[in-house]
Amino acid sequence: MSVERREARQPWILLSPAMAAITLLLFVPLIFIVVYSFWLRTATGADQAGFYLNNWNEALTDPFYRDILLNTLKIAAITTIVCALMGYPAAYFIARSRGNKAILLLLLMLPFWISYIIRTMSWINILGVSGAVNSILIWLGIIDEPLQMLYNETTVILGLVHFLLPFMILNVFVSLDGIDETLEDAANSLGATKWQGFLEVTLPLSLPGLAAGGLLCFVLGAGTYITPLVLGGSTDAMFANLVFEAIITQLNWPLGSALSLMLLAVLGALVLIYNRYLGMAQLMKGLG
Amino acid sequence: MVENVRARPEGLLTPETRFPAAVAAGKSSSPETGIVSSVTLSDIVKRFEAFTAVHKTSLEIPEGNFVTLLGPSGCGKTTTLRMVAGLLDPTEGEILIKGRKVNDVPIHKRNLGLVFQNYALFPHKTIAENVAFGLKYRGVSKQDARKRVQGALELVQLPGVGDRYPKQLSGGQQQRIALARAIVIEPDVLLLDEPLSALDANLREDMRVELKRIQERIGVTTIFVTHDQSEALAMSDQIVVMSAGRVEQVGAPEDVYNTPASEFVANFLGASNILPARCVGRDGDAAVLETETFGRVPVPAAKAPNVSGEGPAKLVVRAEKLQLSPREAPADGVVAVDATVEAVDYQGQAVRYFVRAGDRHLQAINMIDERPFAEGAPVSLRLRPRDCAALPVS
Repeated sequence: MSVERREARQPWILLSPAMAAITLLLFVPLIFIVVYSFWLRTATGADQAGFYLNNWNEALTDPFYRDILLNTLKIAAITTIVCALMGYPAAYFIARSRGNKAILLLLLMLPFWISYIIRTMSWINILGVSGAVNSILIWLGIIDEPLQMLYNETTVILGLVHFLLPFMILNVFVSLDGIDETLEDAANSLGATKWQGFLEVTLPLSLPGLAAGGLLCFVLGAGTYITPLVLGGSTDAMFANLVFEAIITQLNWPLGSALSLMLLAVLGALVLIYNRYLGMAQLMKGLG
Repeated sequence: MVENVRARPEGLLTPETRFPAAVAAGKSSSPETGIVSSVTLSDIVKRFEAFTAVHKTSLEIPEGNFVTLLGPSGCGKTTTLRMVAGLLDPTEGEILIKGRKVNDVPIHKRNLGLVFQNYALFPHKTIAENVAFGLKYRGVSKQDARKRVQGALELVQLPGVGDRYPKQLSGGQQQRIALARAIVIEPDVLLLDEPLSALDANLREDMRVELKRIQERIGVTTIFVTHDQSEALAMSDQIVVMSAGRVEQVGAPEDVYNTPASEFVANFLGASNILPARCVGRDGDAAVLETETFGRVPVPAAKAPNVSGEGPAKLVVRAEKLQLSPREAPADGVVAVDATVEAVDYQGQAVRYFVRAGDRHLQAINMIDERPFAEGAPVSLRLRPRDCAALPVS
């Protein structure tokens, strides 16, 4: 075999384990889900194979699902904005700090060593009726009765921000770290204040990282069911909770499949729209 | 060393030319020359925790001069430049630009043109936007800005590239744009931080000529930082040679080259042979140095400014002033000693010889038009005493 042909094959050989895993663990199950979504759940609880549109009809027309979907997107959007506002300064601080970047990044990764569920449940110990905050406030005599702080939309967003902030910081950090620091010096020497230099130079150049972090936060936030399950109230269900409810609780696989495909379609469409702009931002970065 | 600056040409320098009264009047000038000083460093010191990057240094740079801070990496030249720029605060001392104390003036209010080694063009802005950047903060109208940008691009001989992005230009072109961006704001001082070192050798020499041409044309006071002696010699009105945070010598290129004030300067600019010697007295206007290799060499007083009286000294012989020739009787007034060629480094129009005279190894760079001497050849080393310089033993 010629060298050229061996070299042409090499990328495929290197890719094949990952492609096999994705095919077996993602595409094959996805096809099952698509097939399931057209089955019918009968009154007896058995699933009737076939091509029925009942699940899709219910998922697409029932305003209950639509409202929860919109609410899910709203919560994900708020979470993403909060992550961006909180994460950008932190990423900037890490990127511009001298010498100890590795330690700061390690500290940032530290929460990932603890299960996401445990991290989420830790808020119960902090904000719960007998949690840290209430205990301290009662001990200080500021309140007599414990405050009800948990199980609402705010705590869901709080939990999501807690979960997703490192993703945002890492993405923004990577793009900030790649920006030549002399660019800000150059802007300042030409008459721009620190803030003007940041707005004119650093911020636009870091937008690809902010966009990537934002997309990741939004998609992960919109697809979560553990945070609303642990920290949300009865009315704070997000869309993934409906899928969980249908499949795990009601064992209604056909409806659960249709709902999960619906969420996948909405998020997929958002990713595609986003990618157009992200792609442009990458192009801008490529110019640098 | 109490006094950092040993040689002291007029106009550019230190305690004598510092006049607080003139500074207070909004103008610092040297009374002898009447030249208005553009940048004054007055006893500045920069310490980073325990490390002193720049020891007490004073400099005066006259208006319109091209001054080079020359030295190896870590000598404090870039630190000094960054203090003038306002990117670093001096630990002690004052910095004056056009008679105004700028220690507490932030960089964006200093009105400086800064050019970096890596160009530092804004990658997301077009060339025209890059060059116009500084004009935005100076209240220049859009129409005027367009004209000035065009003028600056013409000055750097890149008039047609306004709509392109930096990535689409070559390194040399990017550096021209960086220069255009720095001068379009009509800065009080142009600061160049190793602007040529990222370029290829050929391009570097072209840009050197180009940069000097532009600087002369607009007459802006320029501080240029480099570790490259040939750049410094070719471009500067004055060279400030720095080593280990101290100024070793200040002077015009030919003075610094021909009359080095220290062993460091002699070795850093060009190749020199430095021989231990003894000053044994005076012969008219010359200091007579006695060396083992060359015997008695009468060095003109102008080239032995710091050697006075008898005692140990050093003889500096530039490699290109040491002439190899066949062994025959030398002309009058020429010192000649027998030597043997040890190695030959052929460079085309010139040859670098490594020779041995007695037990001393020397190097000589000679222009040649025929065949070089072969290794092992017996030769005569010739030296004109007026080409030598003498240094005191520190």
